[in-house]
Order: sequence, then structure tokens, then C-alpha cells
Amino acid sequence: MTKPDNTQPVIGLEIHVELATETKMFCRCANRFGDPPNTHTCPVCIGMPGSLPVMNKKAVEYSMKVGMALNCTVPEFTKWDRKSYYYPDLPKNYQISQYDLPLTIDGHLDIPLTGGQTKRIGITRAHLEEDAGKNVHDFPAHTGVDLNRAGVPLLEIVTEPHLRSVEEVMSFARAMHRLVRWLGVSQANMEMGQMRFEPNISLWVGDPEKVFDESAGYFTPIFEVKNLNSFRSLERTCQWVIDYHQARIAEKGRGWSLADVGKQNWGFRDDLNACEFQRGKEEAHDYRYFPEPDLAPVVVDDAWRERIAKQIGELPIARKARYLDKYKISEKEADALTLDSPTGDLLDAAVAAGAEAKRCVNLMLGKGASIANERGCRIAEIRITPEQLAELAKMLAGGKVNATAADKIFAKMVETGDTPGKIAEAEGLLAIFDAGKIGEWVDQAIAKNPQAVEDVRAGGKKQKKAFGFLTGQVMQLSGGAATPAQVQKLLHEKLGG
Amino acid sequence: MTEKKIDRKLIRHIALLARIEMTDEQAETLGRQFAGIVAYMDKLGELDTDGVEPMAHALDVRNVLAEDTPGRSLPVEQAMANAPARDGGFYKVPKVIGDSQ
Repeated sequence: MTKPDNTQPVIGLEIHVELATETKMFCRCANRFGDPPNTHTCPVCIGMPGSLPVMNKKAVEYSMKVGMALNCTVPEFTKWDRKSYYYPDLPKNYQISQYDLPLTIDGHLDIPLTGGQTKRIGITRAHLEEDAGKNVHDFPAHTGVDLNRAGVPLLEIVTEPHLRSVEEVMSFARAMHRLVRWLGVSQANMEMGQMRFEPNISLWVGDPEKVFDESAGYFTPIFEVKNLNSFRSLERTCQWVIDYHQARIAEKGRGWSLADVGKQNWGFRDDLNACEFQRGKEEAHDYRYFPEPDLAPVVVDDAWRERIAKQIGELPIARKARYLDKYKISEKEADALTLDSPTGDLLDAAVAAGAEAKRCVNLMLGKGASIANERGCRIAEIRITPEQLAELAKMLAGGKVNATAADKIFAKMVETGDTPGKIAEAEGLLAIFDAGKIGEWVDQAIAKNPQAVEDVRAGGKKQKKAFGFLTGQVMQLSGGAATPAQVQKLLHEKLGG
Repeated sequence: MTEKKIDRKLIRHIALLARIEMTDEQAETLGRQFAGIVAYMDKLGELDTDGVEPMAHALDVRNVLAEDTPGRSLPVEQAMANAPARDGGFYKVPKVIGDSQ
């Protein structure tokens, strides 16, 4: 059979995000990655009989924060349920999750697409559950189990099947990664498994304008691929599954359908750069959800909702738009500055302190980014204050230092915490002003402020104030680069005061 | 619930979910007992529950929440005291593939 002309990928995503709380979800063991195995466990998280879970308030609030940032509703009443299955990394033999009454429901996220367009992707729900432990496969004949991760709060975000291409999947995944880091609810370090993707991928065979209209086409089987912990593996998996479906359609035609084959679980093999079959619908799990009797339901009132809403603030997409509009910087620069909120906060504070946005951006994305890169941290974390940044930007604007000197000062500033002015002086990095340049600024100030000039020349009560005003004007024109002494000397000369 | 017939297949399925091995004879006995229990519980179905809110918890409690402040964990030796087998700091189990999540 030949390849059908009309196929449309239809993809939904589940995203697991480990929340960056201090403690686990139901006990007060530390939520910490990378420590020796089984050093953060207690009767609750290793599933000892008789132990009782108590819900972590911060985990609930972090989840609400994400849900609300995704424009979800936070219903008044939410509860938890047991999802039963056996696996060595799940000591209780059930996972505490949420089944029919999740914490947040019905939202959306607008994702950027190439060409400046955006697309709205529906969010079905974002619910709060617990992570399982970790199976360690480094042993030849057996598996080791580390339960440090067991019971770590895990937010599961589920999208509607609105994604229609690999590009859209990747844009969504990146936007979600940025959002949770932005909100400060997760480090979302994928190598540490703090963010994991699970795409559900099917092809609609038929009119792409009429997806879900059964008279216009049909779906291939849905492939669910769990535990993808890098953007690369997510991208590769989506493309691989789409290609696989195309090949099966060509081979089997209508027989390769959701109705005939059902849903299947596949796994991504990094070493093969391909997916492999895990199980079909016959072996689908029977989770037997039922309400968790050991946990009280959570009731969310308006006051609580409002308190969380206030913590959300400006979101990355809105901030990026503002930067493009107000700071007149490039798309690329705006992206780099909105990867996390503290970096943009630093920029905004420096601008508020009177610095030129473009100069601050150049400093941050130049020397700032290179230092951050060396240290493997965010630009906001290299420890410079908005005041330091603003002062250096002003020195640059006023020609008090040149770009090369500014880079040296920046590095020194990060190292010592001193003000750029002090560093410039100590290191002899200040530009030397000739009287001519300052003279030009003095002439400009004189030309623009005839009234003040008259007051100075007339002498009397107003003279001192007017002279001070003109000095200020020249200082401003120099961007703070000239020294008041120089300015006053020249003003005296020119005005004969 | 009663629409589902308690047959041997269902008993076998439940036994598998609970990881319990049983003989055909035991399955037969358990099947009869299960049917009896389910029929007994079905009496509840005779009650008129229109307008009764579904119960999420046996007690009328809400919002039992703990502050996110670290407490004490168990020493490894104590945590693993009941482990049937271990390899250093790890619980030792038969070879499995992947993680459950």
C-alpha cells in the first residue's frame, strides 16, 4: 500500500515536575537529590504499616501556583486517591495521586511558533502526586533500590491533544520548562529527572481540518512513551513514532488503527536512538483507584487563591513582550533575559535606577553571561546588584569608561562586590576627559537654559541655585561621567560667574 | 457492581493484582465466598442516595497540612533493618527494567 497523503500528528503531553520543596510530600524527610542512597527515608516514605502521611502545604501551594499560571481553575474541593501497582521503587504498592478531583483543571498555555505566531494549547489538569524511588541498574545480577526520591512531591501536568507537530511539542515543552523555573517551584533539571515528559502520539488519517470527526478519518494506535528526560529524547521520540506510524499505515492500511490495535506503551532507548515496544492494551495496568483514607481533602477558599495569585506576578511571555516594546532589544536578547525571573528583575531594577536598558542588556549578556556560563548559574546569580549594574551602565553611557574597561570592571565587581566607580579609579580605568568634550556639554546646557544663565549672570539670590541647576544639566548630559569640579570650573569660565 | 459476574477469570485477575498464587480449588472456594460478600454489600444499593454528597473521607476534617520544615529521617541501618536483601546502601531486588513513573 502507498503512503496516505492525509496524515496529521495529534499529540498530547504529560509532564512530571518534581517540586523544589525542602521536604517530601507526606513526611518531613529532606527532598534532596544526589545524597547516598536511603539516607532520607522514614516509616512514612518506605511504607511501614501504621505510618500516616501528612500533606506538605508548600507542595499544595506550588501546585496551585503552576495551575494558576497555566490559567487553570482551582476548584474549592480536592482530594487524593490511591493508585495501586507493584514495582520495587514503590514501597507502599500504591502511589498517592489524584484521580477525579484534581487540584487544578481546565487551563491553557500560549506557545510561540516560528514566524511570531502563538498557539493556545489546552491544559486538562495539573494534579499533585508523589514520586517513586529510584531503581539503580548498575549491578550485574540484580537491581538496587534507593528510596530517597520516594514521596517527593510531583506535579503532573496533562495537556489536551492539541499539539500537531514536533515543533509544537518542543515549543510547549520549552515554555513549560521555563514557566516552572520562572515560578521558582522546581529546578526542572532534566538530567536529575526533575522534569520528565510523556507524549501520547497518534496520527489522524484523513482530513486534517476534521480531526476527531469520525466520518472524516480515523486514528492510528496511540503510543505512550514514558520517562523522557531531555528535550533531545522528546524530539527524537515524537519524530520516530510519527515515522513509525507512517510506515505501518503504508504496510497495513486501515488495519493500523486505534480501534483495532488500541493504545500501546513504548520506551525510548537512548543507546539505540529509537523506541521499543513495552506493552499493549491487553497488559494495561488496572490501577484500582480509590479515595486515600489517610489524607484529609483540601478545601481552597478565595483568600487562599488570591494570596497565591499575588505571588505569580508577570509571566515570561508578557515580560518578553514588554522588553521588546519598552527596551527595544532583539528577540534573541529578550529570550535570554526571560529564561528565569531574577535575571529580568535585575535588569528592571537597574533600569529603574536610571540606567539605559540597552547598555544594561549588553553588560548582562556580554560579560555577565560569560561569567554565569563559567559558573553554570543564572546571570542573576553571579552576585551583582542593580545599583552596580546601573552605575556601570551610566559610566559607559557617559563615556567615562570604554567597553573594554567596562568588562574588566564588571569582572572585578563580581569578584569583590565593590562599586564600579571605586574599581575604575583604583584600577586606573577611567577615561580621561579633555576640556573640549565637557565644554561641548557646557555649551549645550547654556544654550538650552537661557533663564538659568540669566539668573547666574544677574547675580543675587537666584545665582547659587541656577548655577547648581546648570551643573546638574551638564552632569546629566555627560551621563555622570564628568566630575562636578570640572564642570563647575568650565561653567565659571564661560559664564564669568 | 453486581453486573460483573464473579467467575474464575475475575478471581484469577484479582489474585494476579494482589500477587497471590492459588490452586483451582482455592479459586473455586474464594469465588463462592466473593459472590456471597458482594451480594451482601449489594444491600447498600437498595438505599436511596439521591442528593447525598459522595464521601471523600470518613471524618469531617479538611486541610490537615504540615509546614515544609525538615524533620528527622531514619538512620540507614534502621530503615533497612527489615530488608530481605541489600547491597551496600541499596535495597536489593531481582533485576527489573526502568522506573515505574
